[in-house]
Amino acid sequence: MPIKSSGARWMALAALAVGTFVAPVFAKDTVKIAFIGPLTGGNSAIGIGGRNSADLAVRLRNADSKSRYHYELVVLDDECKPDAGVQVATKAGADKSIVAGVTHYCSVVAVATVDTYHKLGLPTVVWGAVLPDITYGHKFPEIHRVNGTMINQNETAANFMFQQGYRTWSVIHDTTDYGKGHNKYFSENVSKLGGRIVGTFGVTADQQDFTAELTQIKSQKPQALYFGGLTPIGVRIRQQMDKLGLEAQFQGTSGILSDDFIRGLGPLAEGSLAFREGAPVEKLPGGKFFGEKYAEQKYTGAPEAYGPFAFASAELLIEVIERTGPDRKKVIAELGKVNNQDSIVGKITFDDHGQNTVAVITKYVVQDGKWVPWEDSEYSNGKRKLRGK
Amino acid sequence: MNIGLLGQYVMNGVMLGMMYALVAVGFSLFFGVLDVIQFSHGDVVTGGAFAGLAVYLAFSRAVESPILLVMLTLVGAAASMALLGVAIARGLVLPLRSAPALNTLLLTLMAGTVLRESIRLFFPNGSQPQRFPPLLGAGAIGLGSFTLRVDNLLLLASGGLLIGGLHLFITRSRLGLAIRAVAQDEETARTSGIPFRSVVLLTFAIGSALAAFAGVMHGLYYNEINFAMGLLLGVIGFSAAVLGGLGNVYGAILGGFLFAGLQTIGAVALPLASAYKDVFAFAVVILLMAWRPTGLIGERASERV
Repeated sequence: MPIKSSGARWMALAALAVGTFVAPVFAKDTVKIAFIGPLTGGNSAIGIGGRNSADLAVRLRNADSKSRYHYELVVLDDECKPDAGVQVATKAGADKSIVAGVTHYCSVVAVATVDTYHKLGLPTVVWGAVLPDITYGHKFPEIHRVNGTMINQNETAANFMFQQGYRTWSVIHDTTDYGKGHNKYFSENVSKLGGRIVGTFGVTADQQDFTAELTQIKSQKPQALYFGGLTPIGVRIRQQMDKLGLEAQFQGTSGILSDDFIRGLGPLAEGSLAFREGAPVEKLPGGKFFGEKYAEQKYTGAPEAYGPFAFASAELLIEVIERTGPDRKKVIAELGKVNNQDSIVGKITFDDHGQNTVAVITKYVVQDGKWVPWEDSEYSNGKRKLRGK
Repeated sequence: MNIGLLGQYVMNGVMLGMMYALVAVGFSLFFGVLDVIQFSHGDVVTGGAFAGLAVYLAFSRAVESPILLVMLTLVGAAASMALLGVAIARGLVLPLRSAPALNTLLLTLMAGTVLRESIRLFFPNGSQPQRFPPLLGAGAIGLGSFTLRVDNLLLLASGGLLIGGLHLFITRSRLGLAIRAVAQDEETARTSGIPFRSVVLLTFAIGSALAAFAGVMHGLYYNEINFAMGLLLGVIGFSAAVLGGLGNVYGAILGGFLFAGLQTIGAVALPLASAYKDVFAFAVVILLMAWRPTGLIGERASERV
């Protein structure tokens, strides 16, 4: 068909020009992004799930002909150890061809490496570690995080319990940084809402007998008992509550969210509450899409709990690099402006510490010997009731 | 503080004290006859609890009657730990009779680690807390803020009976006399025809069986056992034995209850965080030891066991 109008001719020309400018696939520059996580050792299942997920983000982008660059994932192993972590962080930071990093699942490693990234000027997005200090312990513009922290976890926990009608709590926490952190953030959020902490007990992480503390708590008559610590003493406390006839609702943190908690307690575990950053894949806004694409690639190993966050971190970095070009400084500046950005884990908005403020937290309750997301449980529709309700 | 609450604290403390006393008695018995510290004793407590759990799991399908099941659990735990105690005495303690006491101490300490780690590694899912079945039922009498549990009463009564029985055994029976003789003076006892080796082995069997009972009692009381529970129990049992006067069985019992009392006071009556209750209890023990270096019921009459 002959081209009739000059307008149409110009448009065709413009399209041709843009086409050549965007360039065919083989002419794209390659941009390197680092992925760092525990690929060996006890946490390797989660690390490999994270790596696969970040890899998936890169592959999906590379398959898209509209992308400006060709991306390459440089995979490094931090072994979940601070010393190994600092080594690979230095390696990634010193390699100028690496523009940004999707970094760390283990909190101890993530918090040990922030200085390194700051010194070497490498923009990073943490994909799994939950310790607040990783983003809040400094003012480095390089460090960001898409997943929530124990601050978000406890905010959700306090809000949720408040909605359920609980107003008074006694707190038992272990005296490690983990337990103390949980106590601090939960208590802060409770008092912000107008609730009351009637007693706080710090206990050692290997304590066996809690009858003295629990007897005191019994006399304080709280509606709920908040426990900030890990499974072993969580089991003991719940068990001994029953022995002393303490009727308060038992509420834990991500630290007790394990099958061993249920195994250790048997039927007594029923109705216990806990909260965790992230969500089962199928509950995430883009979970279905992610799950399908992940399955297509036939990776060995599941994405695990934090895979979607690794995917979202990598995708976010790619998105930013598409906008700014492969320049670390520009990427850092652009990351600072991330606001209400869509991702498979929901909206991402970084505060002035680079922390995602709208992180996903899931509420769990034990029902018939399983941790069930609250919304799917018979407790949420009123068939079963929490204690004192 | 109301009277019910006070009663609850006393009950908690007495339960703890009974467990500590049973462990401490073992330490004192061993020291009495051989002048050695058997540092794996705490882990023998753990071993007893896990042996009891294993026996329960093996028989829970076949045996219906809960009383019989409790008996089987107890006997199984006590018998297996008595054997273990004899093995420790024969294999580790007696051969080192002429070596410095430090060697025995070190050897038993290591044996304890081996025992503890074996439980962790070889018991199914052993690194996690295990549920111990509430074999004595969950009956409870609520009296205001005081909850009196039937199983606690049963445990206390049987612990008391056991200690009373031990007292009678040591003071009234011929074997008890032999144990006392060996403790008093080994050479004289030997020359009077007392079989020294057998008496030592018997003493280790008795002490370890008591530890097994303490372990099962722990399981029935808390309904939870774990591979590391003997670690602190061992330290506390040892401190209690020393506090009462090492080598003296009644001192060990007194020390056990005293330590539990101190812990309860530390957790309840002090304006400190309850995490400091062990700090408080051990600090008081240090002060008491400075005041009476040979223990509260020391060897004033140089009478042992």
